[in-house]
Amino acid sequence: MKIIVLMKQVANKDAVLRIRGDEQWIDESDVSQQTNESDGYALEEALRMKEAKGEGEVIVCTLGKASAKTVIKDGLARGADRGIHIIVENENELSPYEIAKTIADAIRDENADLVFTGLQSDDASYGQTGVILAELLDIPHGTIVIEVDRESLSDNSLRIKRELESGWYQWFKYQLPALLTIQSGISQIRYASLKGIMAAKRKEIKEITPEAFDFDASQDIKKVYLPLKTKQTQMLGNGDAKAGATELVEKLKSEVRVI
Amino acid sequence: MILVFIEHKDCVLNKISLEAITAAQTIGKELGLGVGAVIPCGNDCNLADEISQYNLEKVIVAKNEKLSTYTPDGYTDAFEQIIKSENPQFVIMAHTYQVRDFCPKLAARFGKEMLGDVIRYSNDGGSLTFTRRIFLGKLDADVKIEGDAPYFVTFQSGAFRGDNAEKGSASVETVDVEVGDLRMEPEEPFQEAKASVDLTKSEVIIAVGRGIKSEENIKIAEELAEVLGADIAASRPICDSEWLPIDRQIGSSGQTVAPKLYIALGISGAIQHIVGMKNAGTIVAINKDAEAPIFDIADYGIVGDLFDAVPVLVEEINKAKS
Repeated sequence: MKIIVLMKQVANKDAVLRIRGDEQWIDESDVSQQTNESDGYALEEALRMKEAKGEGEVIVCTLGKASAKTVIKDGLARGADRGIHIIVENENELSPYEIAKTIADAIRDENADLVFTGLQSDDASYGQTGVILAELLDIPHGTIVIEVDRESLSDNSLRIKRELESGWYQWFKYQLPALLTIQSGISQIRYASLKGIMAAKRKEIKEITPEAFDFDASQDIKKVYLPLKTKQTQMLGNGDAKAGATELVEKLKSEVRVI
Repeated sequence: MILVFIEHKDCVLNKISLEAITAAQTIGKELGLGVGAVIPCGNDCNLADEISQYNLEKVIVAKNEKLSTYTPDGYTDAFEQIIKSENPQFVIMAHTYQVRDFCPKLAARFGKEMLGDVIRYSNDGGSLTFTRRIFLGKLDADVKIEGDAPYFVTFQSGAFRGDNAEKGSASVETVDVEVGDLRMEPEEPFQEAKASVDLTKSEVIIAVGRGIKSEENIKIAEELAEVLGADIAASRPICDSEWLPIDRQIGSSGQTVAPKLYIALGISGAIQHIVGMKNAGTIVAINKDAEAPIFDIADYGIVGDLFDAVPVLVEEINKAKS
């Protein structure tokens, strides 16, 4: 059984973001990077599937600049078997279809049984790369998967649970090969062990430099800016949390009238 | 023509589709385009009459017994045929989990992509610019779609008001669509262990996020809840870590609430959380990060450590009450 896990490097969740001079993206020069949260869960589920089955191969694939290789190395240290790095320096200028097509061309010949991705990236949040990729690979897909019935895995099917809205869920049986986008929190993510980190050094990372292609239906970011405020916010305490708390109680009494 | 997707389960409308109708009508008026509604269904669809009471050119029921339950394969095949016969300029949908599941596939079938989760748009002489939230709500992006129609656009919940959907009368057309093999078999949807707490009825909610740092610290928030007679709630990471049960979760995958007062402790305000609480009467945010998007929708904000602020709040509220 072969599972490809798509993982993306994104700006750290807690990073302070500055807008780039041309106002079309953030200034990434001094922003710390991390693996996109739900992609980490996608890898964890792939590793658990392989362990449950007792055989198989887990391949970590990322599309991004040279620095994104740390995402693959981290995946290999956690237990993935090999990596594919699709080297693209301007990935934030690519729209979801362009990203999906580039990945499709890079992984098609792997003929994986399963492709896992996180449900969306925490930067551009297009939330559709996986779905488009499945269509381009001509395999079925399911999004926002919150549980995988690993016992149900057979050569040609797998049962998974999808999250619907407002606390509803639904099980589906999928024909394989299939692509699943994994929801954060599906299981506890393992840490890389020292042994895993050492072993990772010997694992293969294949580098692919894709050909550019013409796509004329992309969504292009024209301008990035701080969200317009929809409300007048009264800031209390002027940076002093305790003073702010005292002022807030006054407001709760006089303006909100809940005390 | 603009096609708008009507989402339903067993012919019961998902009301958010009315927001999509409003969006389509609004854009249609500006661009001089009529609106047609599309309802995929396993039969003639009992919902069609209800939708035909809106100001639409027509209501199209895309009918095939394989469409009686949602699957991405079935809905994509059905919609593909309707688009091919109607040649719409725009295909507009509400950005629900179901739409996230099939709309990108549908768009890809036309060599397109989805412009998703749009919060507003502007019109400059017929050229539309759409705005999306990026970086977990920290920034907005103005976006244009290139290329030829059809354009696939989905709007976030609340971008338009469903009760603004214009009434009128539309003809209903049933189209027998062909649906290929479904490569997934759905079982019945279900609710996990019926929520024991109904936060939708809460008057005051104290919600905790990642800033609470550890399970032990939840009790600090509980003390505040106690003095205010409030219910405790949380953002997704807290429930994922099992520090609070899942029925306390607010947001797109949890409950949607509108209490009189909502106090967000250490919650940054990712869009998935905000959609679940933005209609609260008064929103208070306490967060160390002055840039946290939660402050954009807060009525009162305290930039600082919640571990400093909350004990003072408890003490002062106790004083005020006595």
